[in-house]
Amino acid sequence: MADDLFKALADSTRRTILDELTERSGQTLFEICARLSMKHGLGLSRQAVSQHLAVLESAGLVRTRREGRYKYHDLDTAPLRQITQRWPVPTTSSRTGPTPEESSS
Amino acid sequence: MKIHLTSVFVDDQAKAEHFYTEVLGFVKKHDVPVGETDRWLTVVSAEEPGGTELLLEPAGHPAVKPYRDALVKDGIPLVQFAVDDVHAEYERLRALGVHFTQEPLEMGPITMAVLDDTCGNLVQIATEPKP
Repeated sequence: MADDLFKALADSTRRTILDELTERSGQTLFEICARLSMKHGLGLSRQAVSQHLAVLESAGLVRTRREGRYKYHDLDTAPLRQITQRWPVPTTSSRTGPTPEESSS
Repeated sequence: MKIHLTSVFVDDQAKAEHFYTEVLGFVKKHDVPVGETDRWLTVVSAEEPGGTELLLEPAGHPAVKPYRDALVKDGIPLVQFAVDDVHAEYERLRALGVHFTQEPLEMGPITMAVLDDTCGNLVQIATEPKP
């Protein structure tokens, strides 16, 4: 599971897809392709975008749902918790780095 | 050469006539019986009665269903109509019970949204890009 997660996040196009799903969850493939092409200048084929989405889905970061005849993609950031559990982040942003005591809480 | 007519396949021509005229606001141009049940049914823009006609064509051919189902699943519209204000049109159509698969999306100078025409197709509405 963790390997899938890091593999999914290692690609900049997939990170961009997650950025766009953060802006609006519940997008069709058409909308995702439009956003990648028009906002980011990424001229990917729909098949290529589908494959990226499949990688994100296998990592649990994207969930698909069929609603009648349509298929939507939703963002699920829950798997990212694994990263902060493995390498805890400080609870306050004012410090440049956590002390071991703080990060263990 | 110019585009005189283009078509969308519709499951039910009576339903399509209602949706394209009463809901979207097009005007019926031709309605001629063809065969037993089919009609040569076209609509035009109320703003452009002499403009391109849209044929609402019966979707009986066996290739149509798998083709359209695959497009609808991925949210791909078959046709695009220009409107002055996508947000206003979105609100107007939503109030009429129209289902959108894509809410208005600002893409630089263009705004677009995608709706279900209830006859088997997705339709994109968009602002015309300003020169």
